[in-house]
Amino acid sequence: MLRLWLAMALAALAVTCGPALAAETHVAVAANFTEPAKEIAAAFEKATGHRAVLSFGSSGQFYAQIANGAPFQVFLSADVERPQMAEAAGLTVPGNRFTYATGRLVLYSRTPRFVDSRGAVLRSGRFQALSIADPKTAPYGVAAIETLKKLGLYETLAPKIVQGASITQAYQFVETGAAELGLVAMSQVIGEQGGSRWLVPAANHTPIHQQAVLLKTGADNAAARAFMAYLRGAQAKTVIRRYGYEVR
Amino acid sequence: MGEIIWLTAKLAAITTTLLLVLSTPLAWWLARSDARWKEAVGALVGLPIVLPPTVLGFYLLIALGPHSPLMAPLQAMGVRTLAFTFEGLVIGSVIYSLPFAVQPLRNAFLAVGQDHLDSASTLGASAWESFWRVALPLSAPGYFVAAILTFAHTVGEFGVVLMIGGGIPGKTEVVSIEIYRLVESLEWDKAHALAALLAVFGFLVMLTFLMLERRFARSAPGD
Repeated sequence: MLRLWLAMALAALAVTCGPALAAETHVAVAANFTEPAKEIAAAFEKATGHRAVLSFGSSGQFYAQIANGAPFQVFLSADVERPQMAEAAGLTVPGNRFTYATGRLVLYSRTPRFVDSRGAVLRSGRFQALSIADPKTAPYGVAAIETLKKLGLYETLAPKIVQGASITQAYQFVETGAAELGLVAMSQVIGEQGGSRWLVPAANHTPIHQQAVLLKTGADNAAARAFMAYLRGAQAKTVIRRYGYEVR
Repeated sequence: MGEIIWLTAKLAAITTTLLLVLSTPLAWWLARSDARWKEAVGALVGLPIVLPPTVLGFYLLIALGPHSPLMAPLQAMGVRTLAFTFEGLVIGSVIYSLPFAVQPLRNAFLAVGQDHLDSASTLGASAWESFWRVALPLSAPGYFVAAILTFAHTVGEFGVVLMIGGGIPGKTEVVSIEIYRLVESLEWDKAHALAALLAVFGFLVMLTFLMLERRFARSAPGD
């Protein structure tokens, strides 16, 4: 029995060590960036031999976890506020914070031809529920409220607004038809062929910048540094754009 | 804050009342029936214990939504969806807490024993009378347990409300959701305060539950 355990422990050790030079980094990824992050991580592994292990969740939860010693080396937040706070709290390697993607807001409905090319449907009153992300926690929610205010519709539409805890949930409300309309992320609907949509002009709201930071825990991690560099590179940018984000 | 606590208490109270009524015939049948497929029904009732609440909530979002056949009769009356409404939350909570009401009642009905019911019918009581005047009073401890567990479980409900609530103040915004939002928006002080309140409440509930259980165990029939 003892020998069996020993053999298993050795086998586990062999698996975890892997090739000597390739390092591994743990990356906390905002849920809305799940798909592009997976694709980028796969390309990153192919290009550098390093491995990026991704965890997906909400930026707020990740911040709370990182502040309490979570073993992540890189944090891809869905906003600017939390990376800034992490920096202020001394949790990051200074000078490594940058915007990796800028989100766009879109008015979306599952029903074809329901949303027109100028978003006039918002004034029609021909719907009962408009789904948005919780402005208290999600930048897309803030952008949605700002847009409605800019259009002078916030007061009128306030009773019809339903809030998802995250932008993912706001999208679920529209996708299941529970809400006829939703102000959601372009990245969520870019792969959808059906439905109807209006890309909200960026001038209607504060830009939805998503920032990345290298955390203190990753200061000496070759894979973490390489991942940060790769994320700024041309290949990563192509992927990010394809998913409906803007990148400078 | 007061509104949120009041709404949570209201949701839990209505859910508990409905569940005690609805679970009575169901638990009675599960305790008394000889049907071979009754354990299949029992397992179905127990599903909310196993299913992740967000999954249950997602199914409810679809089931209460505009494309659901279940909603057809209500849609004829002009109700498009029950998601984002207090009524929707009540339906969700009833399903979510169902096993916590049915199981204690089923156990209580089983504990009543056939002898008591046989005696009642020998003395000329109808089935209804023997249930109402013999089984029900003997099952009082089961009702206490069911009520406490259902109420507490509904207060602590999170995933289901998250999925079908839509965070509408005064209608679907309950304590657990508010704590989540406060943590998410980095207002940890307020989150701590509300969580502490919930923890104290939970402690008192469990304490009451355990003390009642001990008392009932001492005065159980047949002892």
